[in-house]
Amino acid sequence: MKSWIKAALGAVAAAGLAASASAQEKLKVGFIYVGPVGDFGWTYQHDQGRLAIEKEFGARIETTFVEKVPENDSERAIEQLARTGHKLIYTTSFGYMEPTLRVAARYPGVKFEHATGVKRAANVATYSAKFHEGRYIAGQIAGRMTKTNTLGYVGAFPIPEVIAGINAFYLGAKSVNPNVKIKIVWVNSWFDPPKEADAAKVLLDQGVDVLTQHTDSPAPVQAASARGVLSFGQASDMSRFAPNHVLTSIIDDWNPYYIERTKAVLDGTWASKDTFDGLAKGKVVMGPYRNMPDDVKKMAETTEAGLRAGTMDAFKCPVLDQAGKPVECKGGDRLSDEQVFSMNFYVQGIDDKIPQ
Amino acid sequence: MSFAFLVFLSIITAATPLLLAALGEHVVEKSGVLNLGVEGMMIMGASLGFAVAILTGSSVLAIGAGIGAGMTLAGLFALFAVWGAANQVASGLALTILGTGVANVAGVSFIGMKRETIPSLSIPYLTDIPFLGRLLFGQDPFVYASLALALGISWWLGSTRGGLVLRGIGDNHSSAHALGHDVRVVRTLAILFGGGCAGLAGAYLSLIYTPFWSPGMTAGRGWIALAIVVFAGGRVWRLVLGAYLFGGMSMLQLHAQAGAIGIPAQFLSSLPYVATILALVLLGLRERRSQGNGTMFAKPFIPDR
Repeated sequence: MKSWIKAALGAVAAAGLAASASAQEKLKVGFIYVGPVGDFGWTYQHDQGRLAIEKEFGARIETTFVEKVPENDSERAIEQLARTGHKLIYTTSFGYMEPTLRVAARYPGVKFEHATGVKRAANVATYSAKFHEGRYIAGQIAGRMTKTNTLGYVGAFPIPEVIAGINAFYLGAKSVNPNVKIKIVWVNSWFDPPKEADAAKVLLDQGVDVLTQHTDSPAPVQAASARGVLSFGQASDMSRFAPNHVLTSIIDDWNPYYIERTKAVLDGTWASKDTFDGLAKGKVVMGPYRNMPDDVKKMAETTEAGLRAGTMDAFKCPVLDQAGKPVECKGGDRLSDEQVFSMNFYVQGIDDKIPQ
Repeated sequence: MSFAFLVFLSIITAATPLLLAALGEHVVEKSGVLNLGVEGMMIMGASLGFAVAILTGSSVLAIGAGIGAGMTLAGLFALFAVWGAANQVASGLALTILGTGVANVAGVSFIGMKRETIPSLSIPYLTDIPFLGRLLFGQDPFVYASLALALGISWWLGSTRGGLVLRGIGDNHSSAHALGHDVRVVRTLAILFGGGCAGLAGAYLSLIYTPFWSPGMTAGRGWIALAIVVFAGGRVWRLVLGAYLFGGMSMLQLHAQAGAIGIPAQFLSSLPYVATILALVLLGLRERRSQGNGTMFAKPFIPDR
């Protein structure tokens, strides 16, 4: 009698082992996107990363994505992925920070990667890219190309990542053109093409002759091009939308990072950490420099090389705040990554206020 | 070009898609039907309009496709809500979900493509008149279409027999039926017209406003059009006012920002919605006195004989 119980228990244990073995065979990886995969900007580049890990790991993983997830209502979507057996979940927008942490606390066995976030947990890692490096180069180009000395910036939300971008862009421009001014318009959305176009037109109406953006669609680039105004592509190479007016694009390349981190989970070596790198690691890539004179192009290439080597930096000290007071220099001769990452002030010369 | 002129110009562009979609829904609601699927029909118009523009290279065919896409989806709504007497609110919401999905599938291979915008009107001499010339004679064809449509609808609803029948059906479908009018046919035609307008509004977005296709590019404008219809309270001139008010507010808040006024952008963005709520409250207070019709609004009509 005891023997059949033993046999039954053995069978159950074996079944359990088999089940866990097959579960280990395929790692389910989930992605939460803030925009549509076809935005041809931010989300598009993250989805390229998803496709890259599918290609890299083939049958060992299975990926799922949920697109157009509103930031303030993302907890359900993240939890849904966690509940359906996804062991690695990438949440790819700043506003997913708190929802990701809340879901992570409920699912300690699931690993989370939150893009551009500032808070971590044992199972929540954060990663971002030094977009501000690209923006510094763009700023220098803009400073040289502008005739009205007025640059325009279409922003999504006044969060540190965007603020740092505006500062870097402005500092770049000012480094080559001390008379330059910047006008900033917020659209309060990452993705709303008509509104982004409106914001661009408003800036052009106010005398802007070089435009850049921190929103996800190519609408501003196109709106600028329709009036013959120069601009920069954002997140992905947008030159196809305005071949005669895009100066360069600041391209996000998440592929190597996604491959590295997914591999870490497969190998069991994953640990929570923060990754913040840019041109040097190839996470930020500059699109081709075009529609500019050779000397401007040369300057851009020199700056790009300097930033990559670390001999140059967008936030080289002293960095002055709007009141003209030097900001504490925590990174040696430059602001520390932490300072850049949590930037909540405009530098001296930007004649605007950060909306509260 | 003066600054005020440029501001006017951008307000017109922002208001036109809202006005087009709202005009269509106005006629639908006048016939006693509530179609909440404007957003879905609009994005179908944007998607198919752009697809046809790329495939054929013809703007005229593209506009036709946008209208046709909106009408097709509207036809489906009429089938369920009018002929099947299904719940109109539920059918309308389903229409938005369906439209968004189909538009994404149809548009998937056109993502990342670009196209030149449709040129604006240019009449020698007239367009060259300073300020007014460009404003009156230098707009894109959709702007004139939207204003002509407003005038046409106002005249048709108010001064023709057909318009009277449509309003009669909207007021009381049982009485209209008793008088021998075919309620369901008239409503179907009204719904198709509304779909065509929404499709046209969508085509405006993907052909002129931002000449590319991107999923979700209507970004809630269909819902704003619905709000404008409510704001208008059944009058076409208020519809035009509402659309331009919305367009104007959304542009002016951006201008205020670029002018470095330290008013929170979130507050400014919310102004059009605050205006709608206020208008609704005022309308509600005023119309409480003149109750009587509209009790059959958004109710299906089932002929009993």
